[in-house]
Amino acid sequence: MKNPLDSLWGTIICGLVLTLILHNVVRYALGG
Amino acid sequence: MDWAPAIARWIHFMAGVMWIGLLYYFNFVNVAAAKAAAADGTAAGISKHVVPRALLYFRWSAVLTWLAGATLLGANFGNAFLLHKSHLAIGIGAWLGTIMLFNVWVLIWPNQKKILGMVQATDEQKNKARRVAFLASRTNTMLSIPMLYFMAAGGHGALFFG
Repeated sequence: MKNPLDSLWGTIICGLVLTLILHNVVRYALGG
Repeated sequence: MDWAPAIARWIHFMAGVMWIGLLYYFNFVNVAAAKAAAADGTAAGISKHVVPRALLYFRWSAVLTWLAGATLLGANFGNAFLLHKSHLAIGIGAWLGTIMLFNVWVLIWPNQKKILGMVQATDEQKNKARRVAFLASRTNTMLSIPMLYFMAAGGHGALFFG
């Protein structure tokens, strides 16, 4: 499998997915 | 007015713009430019005159950004890094920034010194250094996306997390 960080778009998409995951973790932790 | 946190916030923003700006320059511009320059035999100028200067400002603005951020957190430094509920969003941003600072000084800079010939390295070591530095730089670009999100969310929790 190709490393997504080898492409700029792969890097950006990984960053957006990580943001979404962490956003939901924080929202859940804060009881939102 | 308490000047110390105000000035720390200002420096944090300025140094952060330089750090992340140069990170994006490396990833969005320089990687492709160096590849194209290598293909037509003009890469020497970039690696001799551009990259060392960019790396100088890049690594030291990373340090300044972190130090100004730590100053800004002040008494809440522990709350942020221990991810207390009161400072959860900025704590995640601070951890992401800290991981990125680690990548700059432990993975990117020592390997760039090999690539640029500032320290002795065999061709095999240089090839490995290229790959490690590249992936560390791309990892920082990826981490910068949630890092900036949580920096923006710090102090605006209701806006971001309802």
